[in-house]
Amino acid sequence: MNGPIVQPRVPAVPLLAVEDLRIGFGAHQPVSGVGFDVREGETLAIVGESGSGKSLTALSIMGLLPSSARIAPGSSIRFEGREISALSVKDARALRGGSIGMIFQEPMTCLNPVMTIGDQVAEALRQHQPLTRKAAKARAVELLDLVRIPDPHRRVADYPHQLSGGMRQRVMIAIAVACGPRLLIADEPTTALDVTIQAQVLDLIDRLRRELSMAVLLITHDLGVVAQWADRVVVMYAGRKVEQGEPDPLFARPLHPYTQGLLTASPRLDDNFHYSDGPLNEIPGSISSVAGQVGCAFAPRCAHACTACRETIPVLHHLTDGRQVACPVLITEEHRVAAFHR
Amino acid sequence: MSLLSIADLSTHFRLPNGALRALDGVSLDLQAEETLGIVGESGCGKSTLGKTILRLVQPTSGSIRFAGEDVTTVPTRKLAQFRRRAQMVFQDPFASLNPRHTIRKILTDPLVVHGIGDKPERARRVEDIVQRVGLDAGALDRYPHEFSGGQRQRVGIARALILEPDLVICDEPVSALDLSIQAQTLNLLSRMKADLNLSYIFISHDLSVVRYFTDRVLVMYLGRVVESAPTRALWSAPRHPYTRALMDAVPDPARRRHAAPIKGDLPSPQDVPTGCRFHPRCPLATEICTRVEPTLDRLGDGHSAACHHA
Repeated sequence: MNGPIVQPRVPAVPLLAVEDLRIGFGAHQPVSGVGFDVREGETLAIVGESGSGKSLTALSIMGLLPSSARIAPGSSIRFEGREISALSVKDARALRGGSIGMIFQEPMTCLNPVMTIGDQVAEALRQHQPLTRKAAKARAVELLDLVRIPDPHRRVADYPHQLSGGMRQRVMIAIAVACGPRLLIADEPTTALDVTIQAQVLDLIDRLRRELSMAVLLITHDLGVVAQWADRVVVMYAGRKVEQGEPDPLFARPLHPYTQGLLTASPRLDDNFHYSDGPLNEIPGSISSVAGQVGCAFAPRCAHACTACRETIPVLHHLTDGRQVACPVLITEEHRVAAFHR
Repeated sequence: MSLLSIADLSTHFRLPNGALRALDGVSLDLQAEETLGIVGESGCGKSTLGKTILRLVQPTSGSIRFAGEDVTTVPTRKLAQFRRRAQMVFQDPFASLNPRHTIRKILTDPLVVHGIGDKPERARRVEDIVQRVGLDAGALDRYPHEFSGGQRQRVGIARALILEPDLVICDEPVSALDLSIQAQTLNLLSRMKADLNLSYIFISHDLSVVRYFTDRVLVMYLGRVVESAPTRALWSAPRHPYTRALMDAVPDPARRRHAAPIKGDLPSPQDVPTGCRFHPRCPLATEICTRVEPTLDRLGDGHSAACHHA
């Protein structure tokens, strides 16, 4: 796939900078100390299973957390250098759907069933830009064409139920990119779609990323999607970042036992391994068993866990090539030495 | 003799705006202790096929023979005998377990319905199966909501296996589960197959899982089988363009190669294209494909494909 447009020079201020993000519900803290950057024009993927905190992280950037959630003091989310949580309601609203576009898993629940898709795209435009009704409508047709909806002049008058799941997600994408966002947040955008349609939609998102020079924050549980589309990956487990890096080295040589476990637990399409050859590698237990424990959240399921792992939360080690890992056991000397030299 | 033999099975649903041909002339054979995978996308008829085999849905035409006996039209009372030997595991372990019943009741009920054993015998069987699927005996007096998705799927599997069936139809059994739980569940299913000499029909949209878990595969598209082959042969040489498109569309961490996705949307099963159903999306389609529906032809070595250009 093509690399991001604004590379390799890393700009001084990243487009989005999340630091020490902690989200609490009462005494519960499902996101506890997550930090990452999204650079201009790149695709950053956050991958994790249910309960990893990946969707809450995305919602907090969009300012869409449920009202019972609290972002802890000291957490920081900066977009183009500005702290998002300090924005007024009006400014936050201008940002959402303006400079930050978003799409979700279920296009049917996000679209208004009693409004034509053309009116919904036009509404998004008129929220943020001083356009006449007619001009907005004309622009809506262009946007439907941009997301490759066939025959946009006719389809503009369709209602969501007249479209297939893939077409509905294209409409959502048209709405999300209507105002030329700098960042598109895509929360499980293809999970509800069939594989051949998933491939089309991911292909479309990546084409728009290049044509509109926007960055993409892709939230997914699918390692395959990450490997094919992301420039960088953040792996989350039980509310923390456990590993970060570029997909090729990360998948070739995972440095966190959880990432390693996930990769060896999944059957591979290009692999001849068959049930008659033996069982799949299992990660024992489940993520739900971590509630209320101290130390590394993955320790109860980890084959490498020692006493220290159960007592203190491991620090995030910064290695070469932007690689980060919150576990010392699989880091080799070469990673360490190289990191030291930097 | 095949354990299950299906010939020219069709299931059509009558809807206000015309017929929906969910299943349109499907034939298959399943040998004892074999795992047959059924893959395809939405609307291909894979779930309808599973339900029709168990007679949860009435077929429109065709025949289903189980262990040599025709079960297509048998009356309800005899149907119970068939279902004792053919069970189902569902996709959503949240929706398929009664939230008001304890696990003990969920597992005992099938034994009561089929009049198997007396009270102590049933209790013994329930305790045995719970332990076999990797839950502890303490689980028996708890309710489904107290368990995680993976544990609930273990209960679903235990319920299917408590009657000691010969055939289990697994309809997307791991699709709703997290990746780390999928491996645990697949390993459990494969252990149970070896322990209890089961045959599986394994319905899934996930090609990587099907490749690992099945002996033979049927690829379905809009109600019809487009390709059928032993699993390894299918992956080493897929013959139908749809099978190839499906394989290319699956993102896999092991290959960053990046095939151009096939064009077009999945047509509605209510509005099936003429000729070959795949022709509007097919890169190889020619004039004949728009007119003549290809038959599923044998290509040798148990491999068949329904394509004019295969």
